[in-house]
Amino acid sequence: MVKEIERSGLPVVHVCTVTPISMTVGANRIVPAIAIPHPLGNPSLPKEEEKALRRKIVEKALKALTTEVTGQTVFKD
Amino acid sequence: MKLELGKLTIRDIRFSEESKISEGILYVSKEDLRRVALTEEKIKSADFDIARPGESVRITPVKDVVEPRVKTEGPGGIFPGFIAGVDTVGSGKTLALKGMAVVTTGPIVNFQEGVIDMSGPGADYTPFSKLLNLCVICEPVDNCEKHQYESALRMAGLKIASFVAGLGKDIAPEETETFETPDLLTGMKAFPELPRVAYVQMLQSQGLLHDTYVYGVDAKKILPTVLYPTESMDGAILSGNCVSACDKNPTYIHENNPIVEDLFKQHGKTINFVAHVITNENVFLADKERSSNQTAKLCKMLGLDAVIISEEGFGNPDTDLIMNCKKIEAEGIKTVIVTDEYAGRDGKSQSLADADKAADALVTAGNANQLVRLPKLDKVIGTMDYISKIAGSSDKALQSDGSIEVEIQVITGATSEVGFHTLSAR
Amino acid sequence: MSKLRVVHYINQFFAQIGGEEKADYPIELREGTPVGPGLAFTQAFGEDAEIVGTIICGDSYFNENIEETTKKVVEMVKGLKPDVVIFGPAFNAGRYGFACGTCAAAVHDELELPVVTGMYPENPGVDTAKDKAYVVVTKNSAADMRHAVKVMAPLALKLARHEHVGASCEEGYINQGIRVNFFEKKRGSERAVEMLLKKIAGKPYETEYPMPSFDRVEPMPAVKDLAHAKIALVTSGGICPKGNPDHIESSNATKFGEYSIEGVTDLTEETFETAHGGYDPSYANEDPDRVLPVDIMRDLEKEGVIGKLHELFYTTVGNGTAVASAKKYGAEIGKRLLSAGVNAVILTST
Repeated sequence: MVKEIERSGLPVVHVCTVTPISMTVGANRIVPAIAIPHPLGNPSLPKEEEKALRRKIVEKALKALTTEVTGQTVFKD
Repeated sequence: MKLELGKLTIRDIRFSEESKISEGILYVSKEDLRRVALTEEKIKSADFDIARPGESVRITPVKDVVEPRVKTEGPGGIFPGFIAGVDTVGSGKTLALKGMAVVTTGPIVNFQEGVIDMSGPGADYTPFSKLLNLCVICEPVDNCEKHQYESALRMAGLKIASFVAGLGKDIAPEETETFETPDLLTGMKAFPELPRVAYVQMLQSQGLLHDTYVYGVDAKKILPTVLYPTESMDGAILSGNCVSACDKNPTYIHENNPIVEDLFKQHGKTINFVAHVITNENVFLADKERSSNQTAKLCKMLGLDAVIISEEGFGNPDTDLIMNCKKIEAEGIKTVIVTDEYAGRDGKSQSLADADKAADALVTAGNANQLVRLPKLDKVIGTMDYISKIAGSSDKALQSDGSIEVEIQVITGATSEVGFHTLSAR
Repeated sequence: MSKLRVVHYINQFFAQIGGEEKADYPIELREGTPVGPGLAFTQAFGEDAEIVGTIICGDSYFNENIEETTKKVVEMVKGLKPDVVIFGPAFNAGRYGFACGTCAAAVHDELELPVVTGMYPENPGVDTAKDKAYVVVTKNSAADMRHAVKVMAPLALKLARHEHVGASCEEGYINQGIRVNFFEKKRGSERAVEMLLKKIAGKPYETEYPMPSFDRVEPMPAVKDLAHAKIALVTSGGICPKGNPDHIESSNATKFGEYSIEGVTDLTEETFETAHGGYDPSYANEDPDRVLPVDIMRDLEKEGVIGKLHELFYTTVGNGTAVASAKKYGAEIGKRLLSAGVNAVILTST
């Protein structure tokens, strides 16, 4: 799905937990997520901290979208 | 350019007081060999052994395999840039000692050294089990850096092979094969009807301990270039790498490149074998792009109709392979690619890291991940200390009965990507 | 040594019961004497193996009672304690092939017995056998029976004895994605030269490794001006309005959803949920922002970090969804986003 949306002409960042699969299916911009049932959250954290964590991941995703890549790239930090 | 390759078959190797070749028997003095090896100052000690086909012998960790060759007429010398000067080689006369090789071993240099079994199931997988192997076992000096040790061991192998070949310099070859490639213009006039074909060879050049040398130059620093196909027969290309044993090209395979040989067999009959193009497999994307662009450009410049492309190694070089294939096909030049596969132990995974529909004619040298059980053999030349560490092995490799269960990846030359061996997969 | 035990499955036609008019013939087990092509197999086995039972089933009967009949086949096979089970060959008969493939896969899965069948490569049944049954390549008509038996019988014996099975091209079965090594007669370089000569001459040749169909897409240029960009959210995590109004399936979804988040600043337990069946949904249901970060995107929108959050989001369930469907959804979603003036996409997966 990632690939097909990108093929239509839009940059896509794939936020996912299992990044190797994302590599295999062919996403170009990849941001690692927290865990499969809660990719952008962590239920064990207090509400505010969890939101801060989510914001960090979203910011990383936006950074990926504003970064030129020549091939598949995982944005770790 | 014309090369007359004389062949002298060695029927046995024996240690003796005096080094000489007589009646097809190679006699070598360990003292002579030691003196040659110890000219490398990073080598502390050197010992020698002989492994014959069918013997219950395992050689490991194998670093390189070299065929002894000597120039008997014409410019330059074997292994230009290392043993000889940098004259252009590939013409005149060369003598090769057939049926034997010099095999270097010793404490491991890096994780990607190989295994040669002289008998048992392992012997079927390595083409080098059919040769008389003069083994050179070297110990490095203390505190020797890995890359210094690699260089010393590489040089020791080349020097010993040259020393041995020198013993046959004045002996008339039993058989001589002539290889000739005319210059472009003459070739075009001589074979106007024949399709123009070249061989595109990708050389392993992933960095320190993963390098190949061309006339003494580290291949990662070259732009793709054109050789006469006879140049590699005189050792213009040689191995300095420690990639997985199954699909790296030891120096022996460069000297006896089977694609060069088999294209020569068709030369003047069904094809005009124009040139040997060499390129590299570097780790930066820009290098990959540049080299594949230049390779495609050279193919176009040479007015080719078709090429065979061979890879060396796997993983990110698969991308170089696909880039070369795609860009050369895009020039309207037909390609056949030769590679091997890493399809997992169960054979179910994706075989290559990259793919493209342009790669519609592929010859495979087999799945390197396939497991094989190698029985305990009576004698080990080198050491079994590293058997569980080399690429394709694991800490579970060693079985209670002394046998080892490993991927064929550990076996030198098992999945040769220049098609030196017969293994394949479907 | 006692003979190896073989069970054979055939349809009503090969059991000489009748053609299409007898296709509703119910499943039947005949123990002992081989039936129809079983005779040829018995001959090919010689002293090594014998057919201990033949399962006969009409093609229509099977296809109208798939689950039930498959179960019966498994039971019948189990009772006969065979070393190997042979299905067909079905040649190009579609329903027969489907029955052979389906039952072969079931026997393989449930009884862990080796199974072999034979089909024309275009028979739709080939796919049902996947990597479970060896499917020997046959021509498209029963006239090929002699050849089919000649290939299937020795393969069945090998399987029954748990011997090493060679590569597809050696043994004559259809390669279904498992790579097997073997030694060729000619070295690789010689094969490469031969292949090249054929390719130059425009003659047919067979690549030794057909390229897999996974492709790459060129990365699109980065977003230049984030503060004026319209960003869309897409997820394969199944987030949808509470109640799943479009009934998106929890697995192998057949559709995607397009929902408005106009005016929504936070996804809550009361308004949204997940339709995904592949993971523990409690965290996503409790706070759907954990999968689709609408809350953060609204904050960033307010702060001017991004220009605008697209008022529609797209959702599907990535759980066991066929690649072909996912591809179709992606293309359609991309088209809609592009025409809505979206500049970039954040796609989240669970």
